[in-house]
Amino acid sequence: MYKKFIIAFAGLAVAGAAVAGDIAGAGASFPAPVYARWAEMYRASTGSKLNYQAIGSGGGIKQIKASTVDFGASDKPLKPADLQGAGLYQFPTVVGGVVPIINLPGLAAGRIKLTGAVLGDIFLGKINRWNNPEIQSLNGHLKLPGTPITVVHRSDGSGTSFLFTTYLSMKNPEWAAKVGGNDAVQWPVGLGGKGNDGVSAFVKQTVGSIGYVEYAYAKQNKAAYALVANKANRFPPPVTASFSAAAAGAKWAQAPGNYVLLLDQAGPNAWPITGATFILLHKNQTNAETGASVLKFFDWAYKTGDASALALDYVPLPAPVKAQIRRQWATSVTSGGKPVYVAK
Amino acid sequence: MTATTLPAARASGFAQKAPGATSEIIFRWACASAATLLLATLSGVVISLAIGGWPAFHTFGFQFLTSTTWDPVGEVYGAAGPIAGTLITAFLALLMALPLAMGASIFLVEFAPARLSRPIAMAIELLAGIPSIVYGMWGLFVFAPWFAEHVQMPLMMAATPGSWLETLVQGVPNGANIFTASMILAIMILPYMAAVFRELLLTVPAQVREAGYGLGCTPFEVMKSVTVPYVGQGMIGVIMLGLGRALGETMAVTFIIGNAHNFPKSMFDSGSTIASTIASEFAEASSPEHTAALIALGFVLFVITFIVLAIARILLARSKR
Repeated sequence: MYKKFIIAFAGLAVAGAAVAGDIAGAGASFPAPVYARWAEMYRASTGSKLNYQAIGSGGGIKQIKASTVDFGASDKPLKPADLQGAGLYQFPTVVGGVVPIINLPGLAAGRIKLTGAVLGDIFLGKINRWNNPEIQSLNGHLKLPGTPITVVHRSDGSGTSFLFTTYLSMKNPEWAAKVGGNDAVQWPVGLGGKGNDGVSAFVKQTVGSIGYVEYAYAKQNKAAYALVANKANRFPPPVTASFSAAAAGAKWAQAPGNYVLLLDQAGPNAWPITGATFILLHKNQTNAETGASVLKFFDWAYKTGDASALALDYVPLPAPVKAQIRRQWATSVTSGGKPVYVAK
Repeated sequence: MTATTLPAARASGFAQKAPGATSEIIFRWACASAATLLLATLSGVVISLAIGGWPAFHTFGFQFLTSTTWDPVGEVYGAAGPIAGTLITAFLALLMALPLAMGASIFLVEFAPARLSRPIAMAIELLAGIPSIVYGMWGLFVFAPWFAEHVQMPLMMAATPGSWLETLVQGVPNGANIFTASMILAIMILPYMAAVFRELLLTVPAQVREAGYGLGCTPFEVMKSVTVPYVGQGMIGVIMLGLGRALGETMAVTFIIGNAHNFPKSMFDSGSTIASTIASEFAEASSPEHTAALIALGFVLFVITFIVLAIARILLARSKR
């Protein structure tokens, strides 16, 4: 009797998944809107469907490892050794940025300047008033109040937190030693909001607070953001051009397994807290057709998806990076020793 | 339960009595398998939680329950903060909701004219139908700011430094704290408690009540000495229903509690609950240790709920005496 049930369920599952050219993916929620938009356009032009479940980067990694999806997606790139161990290949799709947002009455967006080291001290709770000499010395043009600083962070595990805390680890040795960088960390101070919504609501409600959100979110909500010093000690505005600059400056060609963090890139116009989001695929595809469908979709997205990505406040990859990734496909994703898809 | 009732029913010869014996047997087996399936599912959940959480219990031992360190980077997990948050919010919510639920249902049954009682009863039931995420969003965007401005700030300003009041009300004045989470929880468990309590009061026979009035009691005295004692045992059920729901409520709490893993130091401090921690971190927990710690949290919540229900049983047994 149980067997019958199992067979019936398996039959249903296969029937659901077996339509030719359909692809199933799961993972990071950050790129979900642009993947959904691409999937819609792709279906209109080719008839093939893409089903993407935004279950979080950790979930995406787990699902692709368990082979329950055709591809996984993660905001946190897997280290080359992890990729090797799991037999996976990863490539970036779009780029985004993380911006600190603040609530100081009367202070407009982009007026206050901070450095990674100072941000680290703020999030450690060491700097707890806005008129702290370290903040004031960066902002000679402002008269800062003595308002206490309330730190707001993400409560849910998130690629945004991963980028932000990894950046703090790079710039603030004490942060690196005490907290570290991850998608969930032990926050020394402050309170956690659920999602970008939660963080931005708490910042809006709390005078003197500082939080961090995805750039697209800050832009759409017209949040008062702070500027952050980049490696060249300049303060570029958090706009798509600055994220592109960070992506262009990264050393993609030399990166094994495409493990590239776009944090703190050199270049006068690079926004310091930038990150790419990644697709994970099995290197050795059991079904060549499935692997080909996935790569075909992203090839199409690389070629035709830039405008729609920009419209949703995502930053497309620089053209040379795309060209390099498309070349990799022929050798990185194979089935029975043969490439499943060669980008032309 | 099933194991004891089944032979008892068989011994009484209940199934053999009727001429349509086959349908009786089928019916009996259908009921028995429904009960068994339920029990099997329950034990399946407990066992899988225990297995999944074992690495965490094994690594941290008793410290898992007593330590307040929750550090996914260093892979050190201690659940004291979420456990405390769960218990505090659930009991605070119960404390707030119980008098309201009792008052509302007594009013509906005893005093309200029928024209008024039906709409109020429906409104209370409507509260139960609102999804918890709506309460969460409402709490975050509407209630928390209002509470911060009109309650929390004045209290914090009024408290003299060093006084017990200051210790009680310190925190970030933005309304995201243990207390507001408890209030939202109270609103959420209120309709269940009120509905069950109302049903209970309706079971009080009219004669009993009339006898009370016949002795010259006032409505309050009838309430105090006749109606409420009559449904006394059911009260425990009402409390447990509310408490059980408050312990496990996830979405609304996640939005408004502030999600700090530390042990709450005051009423207006940010905290977290077991359910909110699991909901927040499960999707992105990629390391096996992190996942194990979250499943272990689930097991702890299960145990807490079980203990609470066990206490209820004991109270019930005692009041039966």
